[in-house]
Amino acid sequence: MQEMIRNKALELLKTGKADRVLAWRRGAFCYDVTPALFTDPEQLQKELVFDLFCAPNLSKSLIAESKKPGKTAVFLKSCDSYSLAQLCKEHRVDREKVYAVGVECHGTCDGESLRAAGITAPLRARAEGETLVVDTLYGEKTVSKQDALLERCRCCKSSRLVDCDEILGRQGEEHDSTRFDEVRRLQAMTARERYDFWQTELSRCIRCNACRNVCPACSCEKCVFDNPASGVENKGAANSFEEQLFHIIRAFHVAGRCTDCGECSRVCPQHIPLHLLNRKLILDANDLYGDYQAGADPDSRPPMMAFSPDDPEPDVIYGRTQP
Amino acid sequence: MKKLPISQLNDLFSAISRLETLYLPTDAGFVPYSPETAMTRRVNTGRSPKDLFFPQVETLMGFRTRGQSIELLDRREETKPFVIFGVRACDCRSFDILDSVFLAPPEDTFYKNRRQAGVIVTLACNRPEETCFCSSFAIDPAEPAGDVSAWQTENTLYLRANTEKGEKLLAQLSLLQDADPEQIVPLQEQIRQSVMRLPIQELPLEQFGAAHMMERFSSEKWDELSQSCLGCGSCTYVCPTCQCYDIKEFTANGEIQRYRCWDSCMYSDFTQMSAGQPRPTQKERFRQRFLHKLCYHPANHGGEFSCVGCGRCLQKCPIHMNIVKVIRTLGEEDA
Amino acid sequence: MQVTTDFKPTIVAFCCNWCSYAGADLSGTNRLQYPANVKIIRIPCSCRMNPTFLLRAFQRGADGVILCGCHPGDCHYTTGNYYARRRMTQLFSLLDFLGIERERTRVEWVSAAEGAKFAQVMNDFVATVTRLGRNRRLEDLRCRK
Repeated sequence: MQEMIRNKALELLKTGKADRVLAWRRGAFCYDVTPALFTDPEQLQKELVFDLFCAPNLSKSLIAESKKPGKTAVFLKSCDSYSLAQLCKEHRVDREKVYAVGVECHGTCDGESLRAAGITAPLRARAEGETLVVDTLYGEKTVSKQDALLERCRCCKSSRLVDCDEILGRQGEEHDSTRFDEVRRLQAMTARERYDFWQTELSRCIRCNACRNVCPACSCEKCVFDNPASGVENKGAANSFEEQLFHIIRAFHVAGRCTDCGECSRVCPQHIPLHLLNRKLILDANDLYGDYQAGADPDSRPPMMAFSPDDPEPDVIYGRTQP
Repeated sequence: MKKLPISQLNDLFSAISRLETLYLPTDAGFVPYSPETAMTRRVNTGRSPKDLFFPQVETLMGFRTRGQSIELLDRREETKPFVIFGVRACDCRSFDILDSVFLAPPEDTFYKNRRQAGVIVTLACNRPEETCFCSSFAIDPAEPAGDVSAWQTENTLYLRANTEKGEKLLAQLSLLQDADPEQIVPLQEQIRQSVMRLPIQELPLEQFGAAHMMERFSSEKWDELSQSCLGCGSCTYVCPTCQCYDIKEFTANGEIQRYRCWDSCMYSDFTQMSAGQPRPTQKERFRQRFLHKLCYHPANHGGEFSCVGCGRCLQKCPIHMNIVKVIRTLGEEDA
Repeated sequence: MQVTTDFKPTIVAFCCNWCSYAGADLSGTNRLQYPANVKIIRIPCSCRMNPTFLLRAFQRGADGVILCGCHPGDCHYTTGNYYARRRMTQLFSLLDFLGIERERTRVEWVSAAEGAKFAQVMNDFVATVTRLGRNRRLEDLRCRK
């Protein structure tokens, strides 16, 4: 696949279909992958990488890239393609200035997911069927690929590539996903248990804003949390209220627009399961207002920008969780 | 030198926690000891131990207005003695760097009180990770500093007091037995061997420091290096040596509370002034962070870099752009 | 068993200018009683309700927050309350998911003619929140009196 991507990128640059290519660049270790813009074919040939560690979602960078003159070619995994479609729907990205190449994806991992699977000091990794063979500082280790995958990939919702100009590999399809299981498990807890669960999780927050800055749906030019005039701006999580406030508002502001790409949880240095807040909002909207997947198509109306006179009253939530 | 069978580690912790608050390293950060505390199996904690001396948020003072006058309120909390166990050699060096900033006149009394109250027990790194590069800054993970240094072999924990504070702590722990200092030598040898095999070696640091400030500042590589930076603060907030803060106020119940909280030079409102923003794009902010560590801090503090090679930013950066890549990319320009 | 308590909750009621705010007036001119610890904030439409308003109210000492708007179909701006209904449903559900007591938040539709309903809604909400006690889960300790 990496060879196909490199060749495609070279071809796009050479034929002038694109002025630059947005893809991933390999660093020192297997998981050390950085999004990068390529204009030089020679550099591209040497440094462009594609493997299961290419976890970063490149779509958000297209907001800035599509404002530059000329066309940007981008390689998108399924999740990333949903994000781009959603950004185009919101008129944040000028689709005319993007050449989107979808790439077949079989799940991604990163350094933290490898370490969580018990691999310390990983250097290089290669997939052998369903097993991942990892060269570490302390010898070769193996781990099942399923265990090393990021949470979002273990319960992948769809490998369909949305709204791409071209597809490398096979087009995928939507899956029966288990992604709402954890939300339902929390719903079945008592309110007190849920409160304790979230206090423990959110108390680790260091307010680094990585979840916000990486989120393709968080595309405001100026965030309320950076704006002293908003009345909710703050830098340090001074206490548990501020932690709750930040994460409630962060999740709520992307309600109906979050494609569930899972970047927020991937980048959290404190491993807070932030995706659960987004999935809760998605699950509610699906159940109460009809199934909706942000980014899945260009025309449908997002649930928060629509209504029906027959919508349930807010007390409908009483029937959805333990008190 | 003292020793203790590893099987009695929990007894040691509970003995220390009966004397003073004891903090242990977990995956997230250093937390107060309880018998259920799961110590991290990784070399470094998520958050660095700087939190215990320079907390993310702390109230400095309060004000209350009465008519035409303002009353100042002392909102300092008493600093009680505490012990941190399991600080790594790199993190321990970070305290020297923080000291050079906070204890230089005018002294930061909040920081100073905690420094005086805290006893640091360091732990040698038996298995350094791929992101470790403390040796580039002449730190020896086999010989960590601190008030007490500790080494853990398969069955035994060895402890050696380095300072008066450390001696006082060890003297209070009756379950420790005397040990021969020679016994840690094989472990130290093994650690030093591991360090020689680490993948991050020979960083071109001679290209940095005060003398190279302008060349590095005007490098054309910054555009490419900073291109994908998200502008989040995760590198700053997990860094043991980053020490920038903002001072803010919060009003409640008629009292104005003045507090400080960590700030990051990666944020768009850092250095924001009424006259505008001197670092308008992420490139300038990104450059500031790395040149502060590699040129400005050495220029102001006797040539010492303000990086200790703990490798947290290498592991935590969402896009894996980090100080090692910056040092290599810029250092090779002249070489 | 009679439970006696001195606890008087602080209730913030966000009221639409075109209906419940007038409803509150009507309940006053009709001399209907509702507790004085209900603080009314007038907003131009129920859909002006921003989730940060609600959270800020809790931060600053509210024990319960209620949003009152025009009955569905009667919005002065035609559809504002329909949007508000969806937003508040999602917000309340998220708060509930975080373990915040769900009885502390409520939406009621009260028209300008329903002075009696306004008083009854407020009495009922105050009673509910009194039973729950002080808000501790969405509290900012810096604001504690």
